[in-house]
Amino acid sequence: MTAPQRVSYRMESTLESVNKAEAMAEQFSSQSGFDEDTRSGISMAVREAMINAVLHGNGYDPAKSVKLTFEQNGRELIITITDQGKGLDPVEVPDPLAPENLMKQSGRGIFLMRAFMDEVRIRKVDPGTEITLIKRLQNNDLDPQEAST
Amino acid sequence: MSMKASTRQVDGVTIVDLSGRITLGEGSVVLRDTVKDLLGKGQKKILLNLGDVSYIDSSGIGELVSAFTSVRNQGGELKLLHLTKKVHDLLQITKLYTVFDVKDDEAGAITAFGK
Repeated sequence: MTAPQRVSYRMESTLESVNKAEAMAEQFSSQSGFDEDTRSGISMAVREAMINAVLHGNGYDPAKSVKLTFEQNGRELIITITDQGKGLDPVEVPDPLAPENLMKQSGRGIFLMRAFMDEVRIRKVDPGTEITLIKRLQNNDLDPQEAST
Repeated sequence: MSMKASTRQVDGVTIVDLSGRITLGEGSVVLRDTVKDLLGKGQKKILLNLGDVSYIDSSGIGELVSAFTSVRNQGGELKLLHLTKKVHDLLQITKLYTVFDVKDDEAGAITAFGK
């Protein structure tokens, strides 16, 4: 089992940060023991959350940053992305699967996060939005000794 | 990591061979500009070959939707060819798989235009 670990980064509000965060998510999910398909989903969820933070939250403002935290404890991987924007109310986000929204160009980011993660929490902070992404290891991802405890 | 697009003509259909990632930034812009150029030249039968597209994010999905709508609004047709499993799954969960006309055979896809 991987030792519990918590690492935080302060990221600039740039597209490069989005790509970096995606690569970090792949690395941390690999260290946590997730399989390739799951790692791909986690990386996509992190990419979408970072796009939300950098573009919709901070609006590429160089004076604003994004805090990115990875926390692994052997049972789950918890990723927190916090921007410094005006704050997002998840209730106001339209359902991208609704017929009237299906052909819209944007609005699928949070839906994709929820599709690939076990839990997605979104809350307004002061200032900005905090998105928490949680992916749990299944028993068959753990070695037999750990799975039986 | 960057995306490339090259075009070829087969029986009046423009096939756009895409490779790389269609994501926020360069990838989405390449796709947008390519489709815009084709429509500007009056080429309205467009087959996007996604066989070498390894990854699409929400921005890329939006760009595909936008391309589909733009072509249709000008009286043309846009179809997708050779989806990878990842892209196929993504279009399934976003309920767009049935919106796009998806083909897995180039010759069959070309024949299907204009019918």
